[in-house]
Amino acid sequence: MLGNYYTFPELLLWIPFVTGIIAFFIRKEKSVKAFALFSSLATLTVSVISLFYSNTTAHPDYFLYNNVSYVWLPYLGSSFYVGLDGMGFVLTFLTAFTLPLIFAATYKNEYRNANAFFSLMLLSQAGLMGVFVAMDALVFYFFWELALIPVYFLCSRWGGQRRIPVTFKFFVYTFLGSLLMLVGIIYIYLHTTAPGGLADHSFSLRSFYAANLSPNRQMGLFCLFFLAFAIKMPIFPFHTWQPDLYEQTNYPTTMIMSGIMVKMGVFAMIRWLLPIFPLAVHKFGNVAIILSVIGIVYGSCIAMIQNDLKRLVAWSSIAHIGLMGAAIFSLTNSGLQGVMLEMFNHGVNIIALWIVVDMIEKTAGIRKISELGGLALKSPALAIFFLVIGLANIALPLTNAFISEFLMFNGLFAHNKWFAAFACIGIILSAVYILNMMQKVFFGPTNSLTENARPINGRQKFILSVIVITILVMGIYPSPILHLTQETVTGILQSLK
Amino acid sequence: METGWYIYLSVILFSIGIIGVLTRRNSIVVFMCIELMLNSVNLLLVAFSKMHLAGAGAADPLVAINAQLFVFFIMIVAAAEVSVGLAIIVMMYRNTHSIDIDFLNRLKN
Amino acid sequence: MQDYFDLVYWIPLLPFIGFLINGLARKSMSKQLIGLLGSAVIFLSFCLSVIIFLETTRHGFVARNITYFPLIALDNLSIPFEFQVDQLTSVFLLIITGVGFLIHVYSISYMKEEDQSGFGRYFSYLNLFVFSMLLLVLGGNYVIMFMGWEGVGLCSYLLIGFWFKNHEYNYAAKKAFIMNRIGDVGFLLGVFWLISIFGTASYHDLFNPETGKLLSGQTSNSPALIGITLLLFLGATGKSAQIPLYTWLPDAMAGPTPVSALIHAATMVTAGIYMIARSNIMYSLAPATMIVIAIVGLATAILAALIALKQNDIKKVLAYSTVSQLGYMFLGLGVGAYTASVFHVMTHAFFKALLFLGAGSVIHAMGGEQDINKMGGLGKKMRITYITFFVACLAISGIPPFSGFFSKDEILLAAWAHNPVLYIIGLGGSLLTAFYMFRLLALTFAGKFRGTEEQLHHVHESPSTITIPLIILAILAAIGGFVGIPELFMKDGHKLAEFLDPVFAYSKTILPAHHVPAQTEIILLGVSVILIIAVCIWAWNKYKNHSDGQPATGFAKAIQNKFYIDELYDAIVVRPLGRLSLFLGNVIDKSGIDGIVNGVGKSVSYGSRQIRLLQSGKVGTYILFMVIGILVLFIIQMFTK
Repeated sequence: MLGNYYTFPELLLWIPFVTGIIAFFIRKEKSVKAFALFSSLATLTVSVISLFYSNTTAHPDYFLYNNVSYVWLPYLGSSFYVGLDGMGFVLTFLTAFTLPLIFAATYKNEYRNANAFFSLMLLSQAGLMGVFVAMDALVFYFFWELALIPVYFLCSRWGGQRRIPVTFKFFVYTFLGSLLMLVGIIYIYLHTTAPGGLADHSFSLRSFYAANLSPNRQMGLFCLFFLAFAIKMPIFPFHTWQPDLYEQTNYPTTMIMSGIMVKMGVFAMIRWLLPIFPLAVHKFGNVAIILSVIGIVYGSCIAMIQNDLKRLVAWSSIAHIGLMGAAIFSLTNSGLQGVMLEMFNHGVNIIALWIVVDMIEKTAGIRKISELGGLALKSPALAIFFLVIGLANIALPLTNAFISEFLMFNGLFAHNKWFAAFACIGIILSAVYILNMMQKVFFGPTNSLTENARPINGRQKFILSVIVITILVMGIYPSPILHLTQETVTGILQSLK
Repeated sequence: METGWYIYLSVILFSIGIIGVLTRRNSIVVFMCIELMLNSVNLLLVAFSKMHLAGAGAADPLVAINAQLFVFFIMIVAAAEVSVGLAIIVMMYRNTHSIDIDFLNRLKN
Repeated sequence: MQDYFDLVYWIPLLPFIGFLINGLARKSMSKQLIGLLGSAVIFLSFCLSVIIFLETTRHGFVARNITYFPLIALDNLSIPFEFQVDQLTSVFLLIITGVGFLIHVYSISYMKEEDQSGFGRYFSYLNLFVFSMLLLVLGGNYVIMFMGWEGVGLCSYLLIGFWFKNHEYNYAAKKAFIMNRIGDVGFLLGVFWLISIFGTASYHDLFNPETGKLLSGQTSNSPALIGITLLLFLGATGKSAQIPLYTWLPDAMAGPTPVSALIHAATMVTAGIYMIARSNIMYSLAPATMIVIAIVGLATAILAALIALKQNDIKKVLAYSTVSQLGYMFLGLGVGAYTASVFHVMTHAFFKALLFLGAGSVIHAMGGEQDINKMGGLGKKMRITYITFFVACLAISGIPPFSGFFSKDEILLAAWAHNPVLYIIGLGGSLLTAFYMFRLLALTFAGKFRGTEEQLHHVHESPSTITIPLIILAILAAIGGFVGIPELFMKDGHKLAEFLDPVFAYSKTILPAHHVPAQTEIILLGVSVILIIAVCIWAWNKYKNHSDGQPATGFAKAIQNKFYIDELYDAIVVRPLGRLSLFLGNVIDKSGIDGIVNGVGKSVSYGSRQIRLLQSGKVGTYILFMVIGILVLFIIQMFTK
């Protein structure tokens, strides 16, 4: 069955979906944990195997290879149409790669109703996979919402004191965006022509790309879609749900959301926004870049003054996402390739940061920066791991983020020098807050709160080693991913001509 | 021309009914006002039916008769309504010793 | 025949292996083994560097470009992982590995009181430092150079904050990294600009004599070139501690002393010089930038020399002297004397490493004391340290025939040829240099001991792992200048210039040639040497029998407080930024943006509550509304017919 590569997108989708449902019926906490880990490893295996079939040159039509299509709603012109292109490979691999890490890193965490928790985690993975493989607007929208619902329950049922209001805010915010997008999808749908079949119109990606939209309509629709994706990413000024939510939710959910879910927004910008509204993109591109660039500096500035580790990481994520947003709308090969790479790198790096913060909180019992200190004395290995991960977060050369940020800044610079120069302030500020965190948390003498911190154990070391090795390898040899995504980027740029 | 008078009468009756419903609190009076409105509509229907029959000649008398059929329906419905409604009012009076419609608003909450 | 250039990648790889082994297995290795391994990898690199150097001295050698694998390979942008080896590279390789090796050896005994884990950590960082620097000079394009460029910044951060329990040190480390990073942003922007114009970042594509894109049809002083060169220079000011980004270097004294030696002499701060020398063709095409470099260099040289006059921490004096000497190198670059600057990098590496290691020896002997007011009379107890330190002072002051004389005078002569004003100010700076160095020497080694009784007992000559590097460096500092004897004294005496000629050949054809007549040259040399010697003697006598000084006032106080530059930066950058961040976080975000978002939510729920009141539950009211509604509809109907 694996030999037939057409099945990969489906396998990636159905494994987490089915196991997620099964997990709900496993009552014992230990077994459900093991089951979830096993399931995520199975998905990873499939994903790795699928990479061997990612021969992009054999399939010149860049988004149509490697796909599966069933008749789904024939009278609406929608089919269950999933497939993988270069960008899809990168993101499905990211999803498949990080989930076992998340499960393993938080293996010792205790949950009420563990079966529901892991079931929802796996279902959200299925939703994410669906978004990344969807080649039909209705399927895309379906999975877009499917990913949201489990996360809503994860956030509202397991987390800190104030989790209900912040989750509610998050839900209303993103749901508003989704509905606007749905309006947009239906509108475009009514302007498509179906190549044949039962319906007059079609939801397929290809007919969306070919939709006949006048410039004014494009601009209006652009706003609807942009809002939906900008909230998800989030781009300044639609970010306010994020720091609160990350602070309040439990670690695994935060990891999924910041590591993978925000990539949905970035991914959707590239797949569903740029090629459909080329005229509007050229018109509004600079506005989007300005917002993103403001987000970089704004997020970095605020990250500098945070006293809570989780909030600090959340704000740093806003800054990074801002850079991705700016690079997307730079509409250059280098910028978009940088985004492709950064989607993967940022996913790994930010999850790594959460893992470290989780470990700090577990060992010291607090996560207030001002109250911590001297952890390097108690747990030197953790300090070193954090150093590497932190440096990857500020894009130091030889770590993965350097290449991607280099490409993104390069693309932005080619688009407009001043935007790039302003965005570069973020490079400096990011060093400030990461080193500040390093200094306040790990260096200095220990205090009464950190006195009893214990060094990290072998399991934690193993997980962090996997991450650090990924960081270094991707920092030195990123060509495979760049090669994989080149075709997607070329196609996008061509459609924007 | 002569239909005009029927319409005026019907409007006046209907208005009396509405004002009665709006202003009176005695449920029996309210009930009677509702009946009054129904009957004003009946009157209108009959008047239009007659007008129609005169205008169309005897081309298809059955069409014009339809409206008068409606009147019968309405009268039957009204009769049913009266029987149920009065029963409710009687029950209400037995329970609360009042037939004031504003008094019995406990269902609201 | 064996192609030695196949081995080039081992030069940086060996220190990297050392870093990995020392870093990962430090707990299971003895201290001797760690020290031995750490030094041995550098020594092997040094041997390889010598081989490469010998290869590059062959007649007719042309720069070698070695490509390993694609780092970034896009449709329209290709940045491979490549090395380029030419004469300039080989000189720097020798300096880095040679001086670096001596510093490693020295560190073995200097750091022996560290516990095993700390010792291993120290050596692994040191190896990483050398690795980064080697990557920087070997890189075949600006991106690889940037990797090393940021790498040395990272290592300086790690080593300055080596004793991380102390918050002061951590601040110093953080400051070093962030200041460097400001410069790095300039560097990066310069590289982006370069790529956006030429589509490549490889030296090979840019500067190659036959095919270089810069060589064909580039007009001098084009705005883009000036922009690129200025941005790259901003990077250099960060790394090489020039105005306005120099303040991290004196604070970087927080690290262990050998680290200071490594930062100041062999690695890191020379990166800026190397970068500009490497891009000399581009700079020669942008004379406007050259003027800026010369002025910044000179200003830094004078400013730092002034500050050094009044510092009392032995390492701080040396730190400011480094800043000042780097200023001279930039002056040299700014006036187009690339060879002279590289020459000065070399001689400076010798005597500055020597000074720092000597200072380390003194600090070691004094049990960690760094205040020169508490020293004095150490010359009798520490003969070798004293003599080698003395040699270094002579060299840095520029007294013939010690090495500093040749290189510094070459720079100053070039400055004269460019503009006599530059020469005069520069000479003033070198007089200041002579003064503060001999003040330091006198306060430390001459006169009476001013420390505590206990310290006096403790004072002793350092062990041989410390003194042997000192002696080797002293010999180099003494004779190192003979590779660059001016034409004036010996025909074809400037071997270094001859050797480096291919690198700077094209620049020479662009830059206007200045020639200084021989008589002028002799006069200038004579005047400067006499003045310097006079200042040395004056300073020595003034501070020979020094007792504690009075508190400084007026200008002297401003000097002692480093012209309040740190405070100024704090007031105009750091604190406003903090306040801005607080404002953004607490006011704009919480009340502004989030306020709007929550406001939308609140107004919806408020509106709903108001509308709910209409639902009173009174049937009468509903009917009334209904009737009114019907009437309104009727009226509308009537009027819109």
